[in-house]
Amino acid sequence: MGQTLFDKIWDAHVVSSAEGFPDILYIDTHFIHEVTSPQAFDGLRKRGLPVFRPKQTVATADHNVPTWDQHLPIKEELSRYQVDMLTKNCAEFGIELYGLGHPFQGIVHVIGPELGITRPGCTYVCGDSHTSTHGAFGAIAFGIGTSQVEQVLATQCLLQSRPKRMKIEVNGQLQKGVGAKDIILYIISKISAAGGTGYAVEYAGDTIRSLSMEGRMTICNMSIEMGARCGLIAPDETTINYVKGREFAPKGEAWDKAVAYWQTLYSDEDADFDKVLSFDAADIEPMITYGTNPGMGIGVTQNVPATTDVEKAEQPSYTKALNYMGIHDAEPLLGKPVDYVFIGSCTNSRIEDLRQVAEFVKGKHKADNVTVWVVPGSKQVQEQAIREGLDKIFEAAGFPLREPGCSACLGMNEDKIPAGKYCVSTSNRNFEGRQGPNSRTFLASPLTAAASAITGVVTDIRQFLKEEELV
Amino acid sequence: MSTKIFKHIQSTVVPVNIENIDTDQIIPARFLKATTRDGFGNNLFRDWRFDENDNPKRDFILNDPLYSGKILLAAKNFGCGSSREHAAWAIADYGFDAVVSSFFADIFKGNALNNGLLPVQVSDGFLAKLFAAVEADPHAQVEIDLVDQFIKISATGEMENFEINPYKKACMTNGYDDIDYVLSKKELIEEFESNR
Repeated sequence: MGQTLFDKIWDAHVVSSAEGFPDILYIDTHFIHEVTSPQAFDGLRKRGLPVFRPKQTVATADHNVPTWDQHLPIKEELSRYQVDMLTKNCAEFGIELYGLGHPFQGIVHVIGPELGITRPGCTYVCGDSHTSTHGAFGAIAFGIGTSQVEQVLATQCLLQSRPKRMKIEVNGQLQKGVGAKDIILYIISKISAAGGTGYAVEYAGDTIRSLSMEGRMTICNMSIEMGARCGLIAPDETTINYVKGREFAPKGEAWDKAVAYWQTLYSDEDADFDKVLSFDAADIEPMITYGTNPGMGIGVTQNVPATTDVEKAEQPSYTKALNYMGIHDAEPLLGKPVDYVFIGSCTNSRIEDLRQVAEFVKGKHKADNVTVWVVPGSKQVQEQAIREGLDKIFEAAGFPLREPGCSACLGMNEDKIPAGKYCVSTSNRNFEGRQGPNSRTFLASPLTAAASAITGVVTDIRQFLKEEELV
Repeated sequence: MSTKIFKHIQSTVVPVNIENIDTDQIIPARFLKATTRDGFGNNLFRDWRFDENDNPKRDFILNDPLYSGKILLAAKNFGCGSSREHAAWAIADYGFDAVVSSFFADIFKGNALNNGLLPVQVSDGFLAKLFAAVEADPHAQVEIDLVDQFIKISATGEMENFEINPYKKACMTNGYDDIDYVLSKKELIEEFESNR
């Protein structure tokens, strides 16, 4: 019997395996940030322990940082305190910190890949559920809680039971205007916000293979939104070309050796998955969510389901979600006015996302009723966008380019969507109050978000593409 | 470092019959700025419990004096979303020792187990019985026994067994934690590193 990609990587990292115990899994790189680490460092101090492998720990400040005037001290006292604590803890325990002002600072799941820290065949953890992003490189990467952050700091290992394996295949040609974000929102809408719980999900099929690394990261990023432990995609030429030459990527002989290993990382033909699902790319429309979990999504031209179409046991939760969102039973979303558009987050804040949005908005201007925030995922993305002149295009369109951070994805900084307002967001969660107390989030792709910013209402990007083809 | 010991409890139940409760509801992001583990119970279910002027919302069950106890009863897919352990801290700090649902999100389940908060996963059918029992009598007692792995509605004697990883069970019934265990294997870790 052949092995799955997941099992190959897992087996290569098992330090110890004993009957009745979870495996002790070796972690190649541990990413930390200011929100889920302070109590872990406190725990180490109480136990009198050092960080076991500080050189395999990478820190950044992202959740709390302002996205405007980043050179000034953080205004919000508790945010500033948390970032200061991270600085202090990293200094005390000998950890490299890419804090505010550092050229490598940014969202933890954006900087790992762009610095060449994220590589095929490795294991990554972080006290953040979107650590699943790094699986796009053919790696095992998942989010952990603070007690586990402490465990990895203390031992560079994690006690973990092997999850079941699921394969999700997507094959066929995507429609124009449909991208990675639509694929993953579509899959989650089909299998629900709990459909992947207990599984490591490998994405396969020619549609997935055709995606850029940025697109693959968007897919793996949202694996957690179907409950999956992690998501991963077998490395190929696209992966190798992306990693090559990056700051911390292997060089010379080490590079050749690494590539030779990476080429062995795929699921064998006869590998056994606990579950296999297949989807046809042609069925996928530009997607949008209407509810309060990422599984509540529809094609942008469809109507919100009627309550009577929902299973009886789920109807109370469904009604609660629609009430929160201020949406009626069976209502169309197309044409619904929006107040905010947020382009950013670890799902869609990479240079390719910004380029795609800039290309679309060039020569257009946002609607008067919409406030637009474009938040790059990292300092490097911001600087590259400026080098490429994207900031000027955004400025002219009324889309000011801000500074890097998690921003309005979860609003731990000043960037919050006001109560009752609608935001088309490229982030990953539409939970109640996610973007600010009583804010209302429609999750969508960067193109759908940008098109909605231009028209001021929920928009089908394909409408623009048709018009532009005619010109 | 030891965590709380859990073996057996008998208590009344607080039913929150909502599916897909994500950790953003259990503890909203704006309350994650603390740097200690204490005090999160004050903000448990913050936006469901309090209005914008911080007045308790009458229609939320945690504000109903009829319901109290050490067991939180929830509908399926509890704890999805963010990995924030603060959610488990908030539930434990508020005074709950166990959460019962028919389905838990992975990261939440792990976080709860690491903090002496027992996640008890029951069948959809038994979950419905639990909700019915509490609806019929807000003072209905429920027993949870970790040693023999069962949950029982005291008045009717209806019960169901639940699964738990034997290692995690040993941790909870003895009050020791993962770090103690992994640290005891430090030589194996160093050996693994030198063989790479």
